[in-house]
Amino acid sequence: MSMDKIFGIAGSALNAQMVRLNASASNIANAGSTASSEIDAYKAKRPIFETVLSEQQNNLGGVRVTSLVDDQAVHGQIHDPGNPNADENGIVYLSNVNEVGEMVEMMAAARSYQNNVEVINTARQLMLRTLEITKI
Amino acid sequence: MKLIDTTFGIHERALTLRSQRMEVLARNIANSDTPNFKAQDIDFKASLKRVQANDSLTVTNSGHMQSSNRAGNGSLLFTVPVNSSADGNTVELSVEQAKYGKAAAQYQATLRFLEGDISALRKVLKGE
Repeated sequence: MSMDKIFGIAGSALNAQMVRLNASASNIANAGSTASSEIDAYKAKRPIFETVLSEQQNNLGGVRVTSLVDDQAVHGQIHDPGNPNADENGIVYLSNVNEVGEMVEMMAAARSYQNNVEVINTARQLMLRTLEITKI
Repeated sequence: MKLIDTTFGIHERALTLRSQRMEVLARNIANSDTPNFKAQDIDFKASLKRVQANDSLTVTNSGHMQSSNRAGNGSLLFTVPVNSSADGNTVELSVEQAKYGKAAAQYQATLRFLEGDISALRKVLKGE
């Protein structure tokens, strides 16, 4: 029965989209964190997706997250000498998270997740219908 | 078994192909966010024709290879996107969703044909 491979494929996508959602949540949570240098400041995390290629079955495969990379966007700086994180010039470094962008990212990930849930649901229904063939 | 082979005929092979096509479409949807992923699809008509042609091979020796029901590599085609995206991904989610829904309906149709065949066969066996 080859229908069950759909569950694996869509399941891997659910997994990947969940990593993306988690990264987004972490980015939003850390949007307000500050640091005393650009290196220490929080950098937004971006998951990198890649197709899983299997040699058998015509290269049918799902998707996986290969790595989480730091966003290269510029960090915001504010002059706030009273802040405990301020450096010797009174500069505080903010995270480079773009909150509006993260919200969009979150919605896109949620939509993709729902899509794959739908795929699983359809495949499941068809599988059950196929099983009914043997019913007397 | 001659009776069963001929009764189910094309639908048995069609069902296998239909589920394979759904797999390909599921992969497209799963990879809708993967950069440089190229969407694929199965040419159902050509694949079914090839599967049928393979089926008619006569096996005169038990050592001969059986023809396989699987769609070969050649029947997997790349989809031409309506709008291309900047990251090299050619999956268009709405198109793939529509295709998947249609493929599911077609799978059910094939299933219905098979069910009809089976219930007919069952009636004959029962002598109703």
